[in-house]
Amino acid sequence: MIRTEELLLNVGPQHPSTHGVFRIVVKLDGEVITEATPVMGYLHRGTEKIAENLNFTQIIPYTDRMDYVSAMTNNYVLVHAVETMMGLEVPLRAEFLRLIVMELQRVASHLVWWGTYLLDIGAMSPFLYAFRDREIIIDLFNELCGARLTYNYMRVGGVKWDAPPGWMDKVKEFIPYMENKLQEYDNLVSGNEIFLARIKGIGRYDAQTAVDYGLSGANLRCTGVDWDLRKAEPYSLYSRFEFDVPLGKNGDCYDRYRIRLEEIRQSLRILKQAVQQFPEGGDTMGKVPRAIRPPAGEVYVRIESPRGEIGCHIVSKGKAEPYRLKFRRPSFVNLQILPKLLVGETMTNLITILGGIDIVVGEVDC
Amino acid sequence: MSEEQKSEGKALTGDADREAKLKAAAEARAARAAAKEKADAEAAQAAPEEPKPPSPRQPELDEIVSLLKREVHEDAVLEAYVNELNGDMPTVVADGGRWREAAGLLKKHERLGFDYLRNVSGVDYETHMEVVYHLVSLGSKRELAVKVRTEREAASVSSATPVWASANWNEREIYDLLGIDFPGHPDLRRIMMPDDWVGHPLRKDYEPHDPEV
Repeated sequence: MIRTEELLLNVGPQHPSTHGVFRIVVKLDGEVITEATPVMGYLHRGTEKIAENLNFTQIIPYTDRMDYVSAMTNNYVLVHAVETMMGLEVPLRAEFLRLIVMELQRVASHLVWWGTYLLDIGAMSPFLYAFRDREIIIDLFNELCGARLTYNYMRVGGVKWDAPPGWMDKVKEFIPYMENKLQEYDNLVSGNEIFLARIKGIGRYDAQTAVDYGLSGANLRCTGVDWDLRKAEPYSLYSRFEFDVPLGKNGDCYDRYRIRLEEIRQSLRILKQAVQQFPEGGDTMGKVPRAIRPPAGEVYVRIESPRGEIGCHIVSKGKAEPYRLKFRRPSFVNLQILPKLLVGETMTNLITILGGIDIVVGEVDC
Repeated sequence: MSEEQKSEGKALTGDADREAKLKAAAEARAARAAAKEKADAEAAQAAPEEPKPPSPRQPELDEIVSLLKREVHEDAVLEAYVNELNGDMPTVVADGGRWREAAGLLKKHERLGFDYLRNVSGVDYETHMEVVYHLVSLGSKRELAVKVRTEREAASVSSATPVWASANWNEREIYDLLGIDFPGHPDLRRIMMPDDWVGHPLRKDYEPHDPEV
């Protein structure tokens, strides 16, 4: 008889597979996890507290630093909340620019996920491919707003910068390029036997569990729940475009993988229509009062970020600063299901399941 | 009450003078906030009222309120209105004592079916605390905001985690940052701040225990 002892193992906060400073303490029986306790807060910066002393324009750069893999959608949720409260009109050109950068961001974010997920599982080269193509988007953003990661691009009532000459043509060129590359990656990786053995049937849960845990994004849709806020509760200009919401049915890591790849394809589809309909001229800033003071009251708005529902709850007392600002961060809410999924799994699957949820710790901790 | 709250209590009693000052300051702040709210309310009343057509979402709200009153208790709803700023979001202020029961009904009742808890926020209003639950029904796409109010000292709201699992970490975060207790929560511990942290940073009267940190 082999005698086994319970082993307490600490993973993180400095561990490459935890995608930042996330820590999890696991109890192991042999190689099987009997209990898992996530420990958060290593990247907690008190964004919501800091925001109470800043005006709304000053808060925008702080949103960049929450989900730093998808800063554009964070920008949007904040300015969208303020615009909703103040009933502001955003010029069409500005809204188109916002939508285009948000969809480019979704592609870039999913590429980061795809590359790092495969890296977690042990494939080195897809990471290099993914980052090569993401670099094109980062360069486009850099040209647009002078930053590669923390864009500070959107403003209440519009966007800070108009697209420079020739920028839209570069986006147009990027779309077919990326479509081809996506096909190539699909052919290269998605049918790989070893890869499939690592992710098929792993980290499974059903639709009811997903809804109960408030999961969103691919984590919810992998169970077949048709809930993408761009379709379910349309915001911005999404109702103008044709696109599909990819769904899974088994609720496992493989379905989440398929959905994210397919979402890149759908984002490219939206982009193709958006650059075609992009208005020739027009303002990039609407009529906004000099001092942005939303009326007293409160608002909760939500949009579909690459990771799921990102929401912004503002309580205003009619001042230039929010009385209370709360972000509903999809990474934080999605991560809650992790301890439940890990019980009975092996250590190897911890990495597979955690990676499959797709968290950004800057957003978990906020 | 958890360990850190107890130790926080101890730290303060060590300095009775400071405690008295803090208490007086808190009372003064609450009184100022209350006076301001009263003045605002009076100003609003003084303004000439224009009759507005009822919101198209008013019937939705009425149905929710009447179901809550019938199935939970006559006093389960303290206040109900559509939030015009937020696209006429139906909003209900629930009685804290009957909130757990009301939550169960909101989720389970076939006419309501608020199966998805999308967000939980805690707000310190200086006169009182408030926890806001943003709900949606994935089937009917109906939305609802439920507010539960509680006093600032010994703030406590029945946990919604037994009803919606997604409330778990959200409530932990509110407990951590605002110091609201959630009886019925399976695992109420700090989540962002270290376990030995003193105080709750998102409170309006928060002062760092150690200013150098």
